[in-house]
Order: sequence, then C-alpha cells, then structure tokens
Amino acid sequence: MSTVSIKIEFGGGLELLFSNQRSHRVTIPALVPTSTSKTESAAERADAPEKPADLAYLVFWLRDNLLKERAELFVENGTVRPGILVLVNDADWELEGEGEYELKDGDEIVFISTLHGG
Amino acid sequence: MPPRTCALCDDARAILKRLKTGQQICKDCFFYVFETEVHNTITEARLFKRGDRVAIGASGGKDSTVLAHVMKTLNERYHYGLDLFLLSIDEGITGYRDDSLETVKRNQQQYDMPLKILSYDELYGWTMDAIVSQVGKKNNCTFCGVFRRQALDRGAAILNVDHIVTGHNADDIAETVLMNIMRGDIARLGRCTSICTQGEDTIKRSKPFKYAYEKEIVMYAYFKKLDYFSTECIYSPDAYRGHARVFLKDLEAARPSAIIDIIHSGEAFEVKENVKATQKIQQTCKRCGYMSSNELCKACTLLEGLERGLANAVVTDRARKRLDAEGPAPESLRQIPLFKLPASLRAKIDSADVSESS
Repeated sequence: MSTVSIKIEFGGGLELLFSNQRSHRVTIPALVPTSTSKTESAAERADAPEKPADLAYLVFWLRDNLLKERAELFVENGTVRPGILVLVNDADWELEGEGEYELKDGDEIVFISTLHGG
Repeated sequence: MPPRTCALCDDARAILKRLKTGQQICKDCFFYVFETEVHNTITEARLFKRGDRVAIGASGGKDSTVLAHVMKTLNERYHYGLDLFLLSIDEGITGYRDDSLETVKRNQQQYDMPLKILSYDELYGWTMDAIVSQVGKKNNCTFCGVFRRQALDRGAAILNVDHIVTGHNADDIAETVLMNIMRGDIARLGRCTSICTQGEDTIKRSKPFKYAYEKEIVMYAYFKKLDYFSTECIYSPDAYRGHARVFLKDLEAARPSAIIDIIHSGEAFEVKENVKATQKIQQTCKRCGYMSSNELCKACTLLEGLERGLANAVVTDRARKRLDAEGPAPESLRQIPLFKLPASLRAKIDSADVSESS
C-alpha cells in the first residue's frame, strides 16, 4: 500500500502536547477507510470503502499516534479544537476545504494554537 | 481544490479567508489590510497627536509583539511622530513570566525601542507566586489584574509618557463584555468597550487592536515570522474568563462576525439614569494617591489583606466593610509608594485649574 509523507509543524504552545517538539515528519497510508469508528472489527473495516487520506483523518491519526497527553486540548467534537489554526502549505485550511482536503506527498501542515495570553 | 487568486489584487495566490469579510486574500494584501484597519481605528478615534510619548504594554506574547511591530510600522509609514517605548511588568510567575521577559528583551533589540521592566516584587513586595500560595487559585487573577493596572501607570509615570497602549484584541473585549454580563457587573459593562480610557488624573490608555481578530493577529505574526512567547499563564486554567472564552470560540466557529457584533452591542449599552446614580464617584486613595472608588484604592486594600494574612477577606467590597468593622489596620504594614503623575500631565492639570479659577 502506498503512503504519503507529511511534514507537521506545531506552534502557539501546541508542541507541548507532542513531546515538546515543533517539527515532525510522519508517514500515513495513502488510502484509508471512510469510517474511523473503532467498534468495527478488522474484517468489517477491510471491506469498507476507501478514500484518499484527508486532513480529518490526519487529525485523528495525530491524536492516536503522536499526541502524548490531553487529547481534549487538540481535538473536540470530531475536529480540531476551536482556537487552533490549521495551515496547509502556508494557506488557511478553510480555503482548501478544511477536513476534506486530500493530502499529497510532501505537504506541510501547520497547527497553531491561539489560546494563550498576549 | 484549485488554487485561488486574491480577491483584492487578483494576482497572487490567496492564503487566507478573512473572518470579518469572508474575502480570500494573499499574504501581502493581508498585511496591508490588517495594518490599514488598525491605522483607521487609530485615526478615527483620534488617539494620538504629534510628539506624544507612547508606552507599549509588552508581555512578550503574541498581541503585544504584533502591537509593537504594527505601531512601529504605522508610526513610520504615516508619520504619526510618536516616541515609542516598551513597558513590561514582571508579576513574578516562575516558568511563565521570566521566560516571556526574555522575549521582550529580544523585541527591544528587534524594534529598537527603549524598554522598562517593573516588577511586583519591587513595587508591592509580593510576587504572584507568593500571592497564590496565600490566596489560592480562585481569586488570584483579581490581585494580578489590579496590581498590573497600577504597575503600568506607575511605569508610564517613570518613563514620563502621555499614553499607554495595550494589545487587547477584539476577542478579549468580547470576552470581557460577556463576562460582565454573566456576572452582572454594570459598572464595568459601561466602561469596558471604550477604546480609550482616561480618568482626570490618570494616564490615557488605549487599545488599537480593539477590532482586530485574535486569529488574524496570530496569522500576521506567523507570516511575518515575528518572535513571540506562547504559553498559558500557569494560573489561568481556573480563571472565570475561561468560561467566556470557550463560549466565544464556539460562537466564532458558528458565525465569525459574532465577535464584532458583541463589541458593538457592548458599545450600544446605556446604563439607566437611576442606576447610574448609585455608582460610586471617583476619589483618590488616601494611602497611595492613586485613583479609587473608595477611600482606599483596590491595590492598597489587596496589599493590606496580603500583609495581614487575610487576603481572601478583602477581595469584595462587602467583605472589606466587615473587616473594617473589626478595627483599624496595624500601622507597621508595608504600603505602596505614593503615586505621582508624570510632570507633563501634572502641568496640564495645574494650568487647567488656574484658567478655570481666573
């Protein structure tokens, strides 16, 4: 199965949740199941229709694989917590369809938290 | 999705969608629009005049760093003719303030402005760490806010400035409006949306970022690669403001204009005459000379509470009255040094008095 290699940057204090490291390089599968439910059995999931990996999937992947503590500070209600900005190749993810943006090899995704004193 | 071109210059690639207008614009247009809006806020409110000495309240955080950068840029681009200074307050919070002060010192180099740091320790004899160990984590923000307000005025007096600017942004002000409604604080509600606050004998204080969204400030800092410190105050998770902030963030996600709308609602509030009459008139603190609604200003009251080991008893006015009924404070307690306005401001007030009486 092919994979995509993504560069991740955390800012605004978020890096504290990810081993205090601002830059990460991750490799995720290129095709992922459409459902992220954990209650399905492996066999059921293997039969499920697949889609190209998108940002929504990446967020959950980060939470499950890279996040070291306090998941509620990163993910809320199935998406990134309000107050965290997401940039895809230096552009606001709102311009790219937010969670539905399909990841390409070499993409750079930046997560910046705005929830701190000024 | 295909890359979009900027709605304003129709040339470069769009990199963000403005919350206020929904427009998709490119990096350079974003810088220009952001800076110009702050410029318009400043000129419409007629905040400054040529030759003004202005202290920028700098904490090393995102808002104050961007404020220092934008003030310097606008001062040069539009020839405001201002003398800019950085003023920083050290509350004595280990692991938070000492790190952010390093950022302010770097800012001083980067923006080439004089820097003054004033600490709670030298002014009041108490650091926030010491206060929290006595007061606990519920009322500590009250102490910090009251002490900081006075500390900024005193620092500004030492620097002899005419004006203080702080980096409060639209989100902050909207949160304050919500907080005051939630707590029924009518006195503050009437005041909190003013862009420029000035008492008769206090230094003017303005918020040029009043209409700037926090998200845009962060984007500006990110794309301009500005150096700022970004950790939550270690005591803030228990603060009341957190409730207002969570609510506001959810509102913003549903309808981004909500933030500006709340500010406009706050500006439109008018306190009924019969309620206004019950509000206290301003006096001067008989102990330190700072402005106050009571005989003793809040800072002196809080400090007395700390010195006597009864800090939690003085946080509200009602509790204070009960304490006073028990007897006067001992004479030997530490007090805040007498507050003197900068010479230029005193001269203006003195000359105004003279012309009125002649």
